[in-house]
This record gives sequence, C-alpha cells and structure tokens, in this order.
Amino acid sequence: MAKLSVDGIEVEVPNGASVIQACEAAGIEIPRFCYHERLSVAGNCRMCLVEVEKAPKPVASCAYPVAEGMKVFTDTPMVRNARRGVMEFLLINHPLDCPICDQGGECDLQDQAVGYGMDRSRYAEEKRVVKDKYVGPLIKTIMTRCIQCTRCVRFAAEVAGTPELGATNRGENLEIGTYVEKALTSELSGNLIDICPVGALTSRPYAYAARPWELRKTDSIDVQDATGTATRVDTRGPEVMRILPRVNEAVNEEWMADRGRFSFDGLKRKRLDRPWVRRRGKLAPATWPEAFAAIAAKLDATAPERIGAVSGDLVDAESTLALRDLMRSYGAVNLDCRQDGAAIDATRGDYFRFNSGIAGIDEADAILLIGTDLRREAPVINARVRKRWTHGGVAIAYVGPTTDLTYPAQHLGDGPSAMQGFTEALDAAKRPMIILGRGALARADGAAVLAAAWKLAQDSGALTPEWHGFNLLHLFGGQVGALELGFVQGKTLGAMMGGEVDALWLLGADGFDPARIGAETFVIYQGHHGDRAAARADVILPGAAYTEKDATYVNTEGRAQRAFRAIHPPGEAREDWRILRAYSEGVGKTLPYDTIDAVRAALAAAAPCFGAIDMLAAPGCTDTAGPMAEVPLGEAAFIYPLTSYHLADQIARASDVMAECASIYGGAAPRLAAE
Amino acid sequence: MSEPDHFAFDEASEAEVRKFLARYPDGKQASAVIPLLYVVQHQMGRSTGSAWVPRVAMDVVAARLGMPPIRVYEVATFYFMFNMKPIGRYHLQVCGTTPCWLRGSDDVLRACKDAGHLKGYGDTSPDGLFTLTEVECLGGCVNAPILAVDDDYHEDLTYETTVALIEKLRRGERPAPGSAIGRQTSAPIGGPLTLTEGAE
Repeated sequence: MAKLSVDGIEVEVPNGASVIQACEAAGIEIPRFCYHERLSVAGNCRMCLVEVEKAPKPVASCAYPVAEGMKVFTDTPMVRNARRGVMEFLLINHPLDCPICDQGGECDLQDQAVGYGMDRSRYAEEKRVVKDKYVGPLIKTIMTRCIQCTRCVRFAAEVAGTPELGATNRGENLEIGTYVEKALTSELSGNLIDICPVGALTSRPYAYAARPWELRKTDSIDVQDATGTATRVDTRGPEVMRILPRVNEAVNEEWMADRGRFSFDGLKRKRLDRPWVRRRGKLAPATWPEAFAAIAAKLDATAPERIGAVSGDLVDAESTLALRDLMRSYGAVNLDCRQDGAAIDATRGDYFRFNSGIAGIDEADAILLIGTDLRREAPVINARVRKRWTHGGVAIAYVGPTTDLTYPAQHLGDGPSAMQGFTEALDAAKRPMIILGRGALARADGAAVLAAAWKLAQDSGALTPEWHGFNLLHLFGGQVGALELGFVQGKTLGAMMGGEVDALWLLGADGFDPARIGAETFVIYQGHHGDRAAARADVILPGAAYTEKDATYVNTEGRAQRAFRAIHPPGEAREDWRILRAYSEGVGKTLPYDTIDAVRAALAAAAPCFGAIDMLAAPGCTDTAGPMAEVPLGEAAFIYPLTSYHLADQIARASDVMAECASIYGGAAPRLAAE
Repeated sequence: MSEPDHFAFDEASEAEVRKFLARYPDGKQASAVIPLLYVVQHQMGRSTGSAWVPRVAMDVVAARLGMPPIRVYEVATFYFMFNMKPIGRYHLQVCGTTPCWLRGSDDVLRACKDAGHLKGYGDTSPDGLFTLTEVECLGGCVNAPILAVDDDYHEDLTYETTVALIEKLRRGERPAPGSAIGRQTSAPIGGPLTLTEGAE
C-alpha cells in the first residue's frame, strides 16, 4: 500500500495503482476518455492530466503509478490550463453536431467540454471528415465524431475476445474500423456503444429515437439468458426505447449480451393483447370471463392426474408459484419446467445451480466446459472466463463440437467419454470448476451425463466445504426459478405431450415444437407472444412480458433478483400471477395471496433463495452425494442447444433486429408462422 | 491490377520467412510482422511487377504469425513503406525534406514528372512503369538530393542525371545505386580533404 495526498486528502491505495485510481479513492473526479477501469491503459487522450509535486510537466494520471508520499494536485491553474488545451485539441476535429447526435445528453465529450473546456472556439480551419464504417446491424457509426480513444479497439480485443477493430493509417488519416468491411462477430458488441465516450458508435435500433432526458428509467433483469444481467429499461410513454446494462460486480460487471439488449422491439410485435378461445376449430377473440369459463369447464371435467402444467423459459417466479399452487388446488400433480427435456435433478439445489458463482470464475484455476457453447449460451459469463484466462494460471478445456470460445481452450472430444481427458488438470487445481451445459442433459442419457459430471467434480476435489466446483449453466432467466419452486413433479413434458394428459396449461412455454402435443389434448396458453405454442392453443390468456411486471427472476447461480415494471402490458394483457389469481377465484379455489407482497411472502416460504434477494446460497458443498442415473452413459456427441443465438427465445423471435442479425450472422432457424 | 484472390509465399520468400521467424522466441512470432510484410511486397514485385501488399497477403501473414488480421492491417497501413495499392514497376520516391529541397529536390521532382510522364505525387505513369511518391527524410542528406528507386538510393542528382536515370530504367536497365557524380560513399566531392598523407 502506498500513502499519498490528493489535493491535501490523504489516501492509501495498493502499490501499482495509478494516480487516477488514487484520485477516485479520494473522491475527486478526473475527466477522462480513453481510460476505462476494465480495459488496459492506453494513455492517448491526455484528458486526465494532473499536477504531481516535483514533476516538471502535467502527468497523465491514468498511466502514472503512485508512489509513497506523492502529492497530487488536480485543481491548479496548470491542470486547468492543461485540460482546456487538451479539450481544445480534441474538439478540433470533432463536429459540432450535438443537436443531431444520438449521444447528446449523455456524452462524455459534451459534459467534459462544458466542465473543463474553454467557453469558445479559436479554431476556424477545415475539420477532417471520416467515412462511416459498416460494422453490423446493431451499431451505427459516425466516425467523424471519433476522438480515437481506442476504447472500442481494446474492448473488442480484451473483453469480447474478437479482435476485429483496429486503428488503421496514421496521424491525420488515422481511422477506427475493421479495415475490411464486416459485421462484428461478438455477442457483446452492444457494449461498444456504452464504452464509446462520444457519438461515434451508437445504437442502430435506437437511432434518432429519443433523448436521454425524455426516458423513464426502470431497473430490470435480463431474462433472455440465465446470467441474470442487471439492466435498466428506458421507456417513453408506453414504449421500451432501449435497454442498457447496470453495474453488478457479482454478475455482469457492466456488460450485457446483445440478445437481451437489442431484441426489445420484439416486445411490441406479435403480442397477445386479448384472450382467445378456439370455437369450431378456429381461434376467436373472447372476453376474460369467456376464456376462464372455457378453461374451467375443461379442467372441472378432467381427472386431476390427467391435467398437466408447463412453466416456460422467461416466466417469473411469482407466476410459476401461482400456477403451481393452482394446479395443486386441483389435485393435479403433473408439473414440468424442462421444456428441453433436460434430465435435471431438482431434488437438491446444488444439482441444478451454478454453484461456484459467476464471481467464483475469478478464483478458478481449472475450468472444464461440458456440452456448452458458453460464448453463445451466456456471453457475459464467457467474457468472465476470458477475463480469468487473461490473468493467467488457468487451464481451460471443453467437451462438445468444436467451437470458438474467444480464448484458447483444449478440445477434449465431442462426446461424454472425453470428459475424463482433463482429470489431471482438475486434480492439480485448487479451485477446479466444471461447467455443465443444460443442453448436455437434454438427451436420452442426460441423467447419466449429470451423474458423470458430478462424479468428476467429486473425484477431482471440486466439492469441498469451501468450494463448490459443480456448475450447471441454464439458458434462460425463468428456468432456475421454476426449479427452485419444485415445478418438476409427476409426468414429464414428453409424457404429457404423448397423450398422457387431457388438459395442458402452458405458462409462457414456447420452447418446443407444439406439433408434438397430442391432438386430443386441450391446451391453455398463457403468455405474451403469439408464437408457436399460442397457435396450437385452445384458450389463450394474454400475459405480461418481463418489462411489464414487478417480478422475481432467479439466475443460473440461484440468485433471486427483482425486476420492476417499466411499462404496462398491451391491451387486455395482465400480469401472469394476477391472471391465475383471478381464475382461481372464479373456480372457487382462491389462491391465498392478493398482493404482490403476499405472493413474495409465499415465495420466500416456498424456497429459501426468494427470502434473500440478490444473495447466493452459502458457498461450498456439504453433501457430496451425487444425483442418481438409471441409464448408462452413451457415446453420442453433444449437441449445443441454441441453433441460432439471435433467435433463441420468443421475444427475440418477434424482433426484426434479431431476425436481421440472424440472417447476417447465419444460423437462421425457420420461423414458424403464428396464426 | 486489382486485389488478387490468392496469395502464397513462393520458395524464395519461404526461405526468408523462416530466417525471420527464427529470430524471435516462441510465442513472440508477431514481432516478425514488418519483415514478413517486406517479404510479401518483394515477392509481389518479383512475380507481378508491382511491389505492393494485397489484403489476402496480409491475411496470410496474420495466419502465419498467429495474430488477428486487423493487427497486421494496422501495422501495414501505418508505415508508408508498404504500398497498400498496386504501383508501377519502379517506385520513384523523391525526398522533399529540407536538406534535399535546399540541394534541388524540386529539379529531381520535375525530372521525374517530365521523363516518367507523371502528373504529380501519387500518380502512376500510363505505361505502368513508374509511380511517384513523396517521402520524408531518407537519411542520406550528405548526398542530397536523393531519389529512391524501390530499395536503391540514387544520390547527388540533378535534373539531367535524373532524366538519364529514368530513361535507363525505362529501357529495363538497373543503374548502379549510389552517387551520380561518382563520389565515394559520402566523402567530400572530388576526393578526401583530410588524412590525405600516406593514403597513396
């Protein structure tokens, strides 16, 4: 630790810290453009100049290491003058187009020009103009505005692991771009918009849509993958204008995956905004009482063991609980939340959680990925693994078809038997981590894969009272909540679809081919998008998407997080737990909660994670007994579950932006037409 | 001539590449990017008569050195010595920095334009023989003015000697590089002035 003073304030910072970090520790704001705490130091914008005692010139505080007894001054005439000068240089080639710039109002350059720059320009010569670059359907570039801080270049190379951006040519002609025109291949590309301090890289879907001061900001959680990324939903009136990440060091740091960020236009399209009832083979608009009556008539006439319920991938815990309780009041015992047929053992929490925690990746020294294409299934978690790799001292390997994870990883093989090829590294590691993809369980020998992965963790010493190295990676934000609530009971979805039930209640369950549902089965679809399953339904109940309800989601770690309502659901659509509560009253099986607080009290009583919002279960493994498998381990190669990253869920499938991405990046799945 | 769709090191280049790669320890092969780009440019000059670096060749260099292609593009576009566009058979590089300028680089430039049928800097002659480029100090100020033809320095030029040089090039000759007035390296014009005793 080094002690120094910043403007007379004594601070103590670790050796090797930079002066800018010391200034931050002292609570003093230093203007900066190129410096970013999660990227390497470039030191090329020169905005962070400060005065250091005995130094003859102003020093760039981001690149200047602290020393014991150093005296730093950040508000002297020399510093002010230096900043004014730097700002004047930065503005020489920066266009004064703030009124038509999408960054306006949240622009570092604009803010700092006001805060630290001169009050007038002395520059009368020509400004340089740079041709705009095409970097894909998500990012709009206006390269004349670029101040060449190279944050985007460093982000692409260091965090995203897709070194496709660079600074070509030099001096006056220096340009940021891909040189060869191409769409960036990162699933984290949206973060370039956030880290760009000016309006050079802006959001294409949000272009010219709104000003930041017009937007109402609501904290939310990204449910479109299982990371549980903290987000902020920006709305204007009844419309979601954009979605941005929030900082959560334990989960997403400050990054966000593209699907969650850019598929918000899917929230406006193909929505279910009124109840529908199938009459004489055709879906017809109906009122809520008519829809409820149609359901009640069917359920009352069906034996409880012939009723089934399926909870979907994006469903909040409140709604899942309400459906579970409703089904129990009918005496129905067939509940399933595993639409992919994954052989998940829900009897114990650590059988299906990401037990090491996402932050635990930082401590791991050997990581084995089994049957998971981590880069597409959880881009933010993959970036965390990449960050761990950049720090060195970690062995990484994967089992499954060949894939590019953005960091070097040993490819052990395609099938389950290859799992054993990494035992040496796992045994040698102090904190071995096994990340099992949910997709690896969605096969005939899934239970055996789960048992084998657990056994591997156990044998390699990954299960200790201090460290839990067994991790299951889920795909969507609603999957773990349902497992925590025990929404796995009685017949499986496969059996239910095979004609073993007469009535099937699908709560946002749209992750399978509805043609597999038996022709005689009465299907209730409750959800927000008119996608594949809604077309098969006999009754449709319009629900709310995740931006439209106060809801709790559990991420793959088992971390319960709250999302808040940003807008109202469209038309007659309602929050899902309220629909179930209303229905239950109509059929005389009133659910025992009237308010969201009462539902949450019931949630907390049902599973401990809901009583500790944003907390994880105690680390470590106290019981190393593994899940049981009745099937033998097969030889078949793993298949990654997401055929298309951009069209993986129903919101994304309704999104034009995601459809364009899918057509550009390939892997476009045939879209099933809804009625 | 446009962007070729294929590039591979030929046998002579391959020997050069191996020589350069051997200079750097394992894992630091990216250090060889500048020598390898030169190898590419020389091979293009040999095989097509236009010494430039096409994009496919930069991709080959990137793959060979295990670095992302963009990092090679950055290096190649940063240095003026790498021609990112096809050029003429002879690359006439006129030094216009102060010592050469004082010693008559304007005459050299005029001679290049006249004899090479060039409109100005950046131009390639209609017959595809010459490309004219202005370069910064070549470091040969003592023998200014200088015209670099590809990798060869021609020194102590005047309008007439430059024209003669270009005419020779047009005929396919390769005049010996060095001083056009026959001085030994950068010794004084007319022979040594000091340490003359005992030189016989």
